[in-house]
Amino acid sequence: MLNSTRSGNFISIEGVSKTFPTRKGNVLALSQIDLGIKPGEFVSIVGPSGCGKSTLLMILAGLIPSSGGVVHVNGRDITAPSADIGIVFQRDVLLEWRTALENIVLQAEIRKMDKKAATERAMQLLDMVGLKGFENAFPHELSGGMRQRVSICRALLHEPPLVVMDEPFGALDALTRDQLQLDLLKMWQKSGMTVVFITHSISEAVFLSDRVVVMSPRPGRIEEIIDIDLPRPRRLSMRETPKFAGYAHQVTSIFKTLGVLREGDDE
Amino acid sequence: MSAADMSSFKPASAIRLRVPYALLTLIALLIVWQVAVMVARLPDYLLPSPATIITSLYDLSGLLVYHTWITLVEVVLGFIVAFLVAVPLATLICYSKLFERSVYPLIVGSQTIPKVAIAPLLLAAFGYGLVPKVTIVALMAFFPMVINTVVGLRSVSQEMIYLSQSMGASPMQQFFRFRMPGALPSMFAGMKMASVLAVIGAIVAEFVGSNNGLGYVITVAGSNFRMDQQFAAIVVLSALGTVIFWIIGLIERRALPWHKPTQDGGH
Repeated sequence: MLNSTRSGNFISIEGVSKTFPTRKGNVLALSQIDLGIKPGEFVSIVGPSGCGKSTLLMILAGLIPSSGGVVHVNGRDITAPSADIGIVFQRDVLLEWRTALENIVLQAEIRKMDKKAATERAMQLLDMVGLKGFENAFPHELSGGMRQRVSICRALLHEPPLVVMDEPFGALDALTRDQLQLDLLKMWQKSGMTVVFITHSISEAVFLSDRVVVMSPRPGRIEEIIDIDLPRPRRLSMRETPKFAGYAHQVTSIFKTLGVLREGDDE
Repeated sequence: MSAADMSSFKPASAIRLRVPYALLTLIALLIVWQVAVMVARLPDYLLPSPATIITSLYDLSGLLVYHTWITLVEVVLGFIVAFLVAVPLATLICYSKLFERSVYPLIVGSQTIPKVAIAPLLLAAFGYGLVPKVTIVALMAFFPMVINTVVGLRSVSQEMIYLSQSMGASPMQQFFRFRMPGALPSMFAGMKMASVLAVIGAIVAEFVGSNNGLGYVITVAGSNFRMDQQFAAIVVLSALGTVIFWIIGLIERRALPWHKPTQDGGH
């Protein structure tokens, strides 16, 4: 893991750190992150709030500069906002003045892609996430889950090789969340894109991923990387298997060791 | 039950009934006024009855139309001048730290100057013509427009900026596709406030020095103890203000079909 060879990896993060200046001096948010991600891999990053996982994601997307280390995506150095990317945030960040379809096609407008082809693809994506018939709805007419679906379609419109997601389902109810996890996996499997997914939820991370990266509290470090050897396509019933429980237990134990999770009777 | 709960459970018919209720209340008040004046035998130079006011409205209609037109021109021109200065200035304040630090505090601080007090100065400088009136209207309307445009332009979220960068949006695209449309509801709120202040500004300017306009009518009628004519001018004036306010609201609803005004008790 430490000496990740650049060959074979779609993303390679080497020795990345990040400090933020505050009034009390510099605060180290990320410390010496090394991570290699293969093309088409689904990798989740779990960690407590404030462990710098969102910061890592933004560095990966080229949206904020790192304080040290290098990031390569698809063989290119990331020093400026990367355009070969789709982003989904916890908030859907839809433009309220555009319909669902127009929000998705915005991606094509800015990138000066063919409008007609983009509209066709947007309609297909809406269909895939179960929003057929809602293309002309304004965001305020949609529920939170529907809005987030639109924002996922927007991130996928231009078929980016890399999609980064920052707790995209964090604000949704449990049922909607399950459905969106399944929809996301379906789209991921169809497209062959690489996904870096940030979450608070251990079971979400295990359910979705090929590998789960466990991070420690500030300063954020990679504590462990766990391979999830569950068959694909994933089924909701897999969450009840002993193997799934074993992975979840493994992550939970790390957080207990780190002091992120404390059970009252331990003390 | 809180006010918010009330409004969300209010049937649509209640909203439609609000206007007739207000109208009925107004008519009732006018009847009380009429009866009080008749019973107390108040002379017209103290308090004219609604019937007397309506009569003078009718008698003066030709004259009032002329003076309303004068005031309307001052208001509209001043409003346009304010808009043309306020919006680019707000954009500069939003984009330039230097501008924000050097100009913004002065704009906010200048609001402690009662603009009514500088009206005589402007009249001394620019004479009795249209220019000082338009200037005062513009000064009155300017502030809410700048402030609300700045607030609107700043309301864009960090995620939205990240999103636009990941799409490869140019600064121009970022402004016109992401920032500006999101600022429009706030800008319209500012323009509504400004429209009310603009009418006040025009009247004040006419009070101080003018030989036409509704402010002039009020001054002359006052010095002749024609309270009925004063009231007639005030009625026209408030109608003028209401119509301007209503027109801006109409444009807002047309331009922003996606926007739910807050008084509808939406989310």
